[in-house]
Amino acid sequence: MNVTLKYFASIREAIGQGSESVSTQAATLKALRDELIARGGAYAEVLAHGRAVRMALNQDLCDESAVLTEGCEVAFFPPVTGG
Amino acid sequence: MSFTVSIQTQDFDVSQELAALRAGDARVGAVCSFLGTVRERNDGSSVASMELEHYPGMTEKSISAMMDEAKKRFDIFAARVIHRVGLLHPEDQIVFVAVTSAHRGESFKACEFLMDYLKTQAPFWKKEVTPEGARWVDARVSDDQALARWGIKASNSVAP
Repeated sequence: MNVTLKYFASIREAIGQGSESVSTQAATLKALRDELIARGGAYAEVLAHGRAVRMALNQDLCDESAVLTEGCEVAFFPPVTGG
Repeated sequence: MSFTVSIQTQDFDVSQELAALRAGDARVGAVCSFLGTVRERNDGSSVASMELEHYPGMTEKSISAMMDEAKKRFDIFAARVIHRVGLLHPEDQIVFVAVTSAHRGESFKACEFLMDYLKTQAPFWKKEVTPEGARWVDARVSDDQALARWGIKASNSVAP
């Protein structure tokens, strides 16, 4: 399926782009994150399990168990610091 | 009777916002507001400026959701949230939350609830420019604890 990926703040800077489109077989957000980590480099570093990475599916905060659907939007970002 | 959110680069006028929020609603007997501004110091460093980034679309969605939650919890008539993004300097206004109700208790509580919610759930990120260089601001455990007082678990500041 096709998924739009978005990255923000320190994760966006490390990866070097704010968004990309990917084709994936991943069923869950965890499987997708693992695919991205397997790319190595900055992806492996900033998305590593155990790091404080927050995730959103279709613009709602979620955890790694979230199930992906065709055309969905997934975002990875660090803890938020607004206000 | 309106619940509105604006994400904007430009500054805002607090007096105008307060007047507009309660205009035409004679049920209102209390207006509470919070204004957040840029400090010249943070975590031991002087701050020359900061850049505020957000997630367009999700920002508005998450703040609308928190207003819906505030409506359920408190007897309030209207609320207004403004959050600035882009380049800001010390003393600049960053965030504004205002709520109206019949009596002060409900709007005091709702205003604090909205700010506590926003701090850990709305997708904004601050990057400060200090003499030591630019740095992303760290999330605070105390902000998660502030939301926990309302019975909502936040795990913004912790690694899984």
